Amino acid sequence: MTIGSVRQADFVAALVDPARAVPSGIVSYRGDSDTKRFAVYRNNVHVGLVGVLAAKYPVCAQLVGEEFFTVMARIYVADHKPTSPIMMQYGADFPAFIADFAGARSVPYLSDMAALEEAWSIAYNAADDSPAGLAEIAAIDPEVLPDLTLKPHAATGLLRSDYPIGSIWSAHQAPGVAVRAGAEAVLITRPALDVKVTVIPTADAVFAHDLLQGSAVGDAVERTLISHPEFDFGSALVGLCSLGAFSQPALT
Amino acid sequence: MDAPHLPPRAGLGLKPQHYAEILESRPDIGFFEVHAENYMGDGGPPHRYLAAIVDRYPLSLHGVGLSIGGEAPLNRDHLRRLRSLVDRYKPQSFSEHLAWSSHEETSLNDLLPLPYTNATLDRVVAHVEEVQQALGRTMLLENPSTYVLFAESTIDEIDFLAAIAERTGCGLLLDVNNVMVSSVNHRLDPFTYVERFPVHAVGEIHLAGYDETTDAAGERLLIDAHASRVSQDVFALFRHTLGRTGPVPTLVEWDNNVPAFSVLADEARIVDLAITEVSARGDRQERVA
Repeated sequence: MTIGSVRQADFVAALVDPARAVPSGIVSYRGDSDTKRFAVYRNNVHVGLVGVLAAKYPVCAQLVGEEFFTVMARIYVADHKPTSPIMMQYGADFPAFIADFAGARSVPYLSDMAALEEAWSIAYNAADDSPAGLAEIAAIDPEVLPDLTLKPHAATGLLRSDYPIGSIWSAHQAPGVAVRAGAEAVLITRPALDVKVTVIPTADAVFAHDLLQGSAVGDAVERTLISHPEFDFGSALVGLCSLGAFSQPALT
Repeated sequence: MDAPHLPPRAGLGLKPQHYAEILESRPDIGFFEVHAENYMGDGGPPHRYLAAIVDRYPLSLHGVGLSIGGEAPLNRDHLRRLRSLVDRYKPQSFSEHLAWSSHEETSLNDLLPLPYTNATLDRVVAHVEEVQQALGRTMLLENPSTYVLFAESTIDEIDFLAAIAERTGCGLLLDVNNVMVSSVNHRLDPFTYVERFPVHAVGEIHLAGYDETTDAAGERLLIDAHASRVSQDVFALFRHTLGRTGPVPTLVEWDNNVPAFSVLADEARIVDLAITEVSARGDRQERVA
């Protein structure tokens, strides 16, 4: 009699679906099929991935509590397995999952907070790059400034939320941060070693969004002035550059 | 063909929450080990700190995602990423597991077991050879902790590992906690496992804490947890192992519920003491590496 070999496809199918039987040929030392032994692997996979998410989205976990976060993360993990062995990349669509997760509706800003923490993680691991400094921008001839485009620094991320996610995030890093209701725009940068999370004015965020999309400075200013007539592009550009949002200026 | 070896001392897993403390206090630790996959981002603090650590300490690069035991061909992109880490940090050791963790597009983030047959032996040998070729150096292959067996297996785990080492020239990483976990789970004698292990090939030892539960028959089942101190029985088995191997670089693994660095440093001191004792006793050394 020959004993059939267990294909890894069958192992995985049973691993990710607890309703499936343990593949035949996988046994205990007694020779019997033991669901509890196989469940150790099921549990390792799910607990491990929930742990990856808890480490990547710590403020989200604090906002809803560990118990709720674990339930939510387990539901996500059940249908979203990593597609890369590099776990820092896992969970990129967790914010979108949370946005559709009925159980999290009582914390309407949870999805935006997850997007902030995802951007933080991307910034933390982004390529090293020296940001364009104020002096570099200041040295540019004002005549050609409108035609200038700016290359985003590899770490830079921009989020706009109907909720004060930047202030809430900061309040979870250090006590004493005031949180006021209302929309916030958050710029995430890594000018040196540490990731910076900064709440920026709404008009600056419109401007930054255009610049990060590759618009020339002149076009971005014009578009921002339509919705924000008081917009001061000079101070906005100084602010964005001092936060390290851009890599290099280029004239188009 | 290799970079210098790790020193025969206690080493610790390098954790981001300890980066600054280690660089400030410069603790006397034999080496640090990192999971390769945690350093596969493009830049930022992980690389900056690791570069500073390798200036001061020997490094063991330990992969957890290569899926050497997988049915599928090795992931070439992943091999390239490993090669670039090896080139960049010049670790004194590179190790991976006798296990698989990926299937098609899915990575399962766990070390899964494989049957031990002539077919799987040929496959693992081919994969180890491919890794060594891609990295331009020999590697260490680690014995797994397992919770199940395969009815189809025809080769004993130690013979399987010994054959891989012999056919590929790779070294072995003897995880003493895994020996205890698997031995208890499969009702084998852990001391016999160590007695039979090809110690001449051992380039590193791992120690860790385990958790405990029961299987469906209500029998004791150990879980490789890396979430606590090394248990007394594993430490006794480690001392016994040192008696056979002589001094070997020995990592204390603590990956979950990571404690303050001082707790890890305490564990390292205890391990260093055991290694020093075995050196002083001049116990027989069957290890050639």
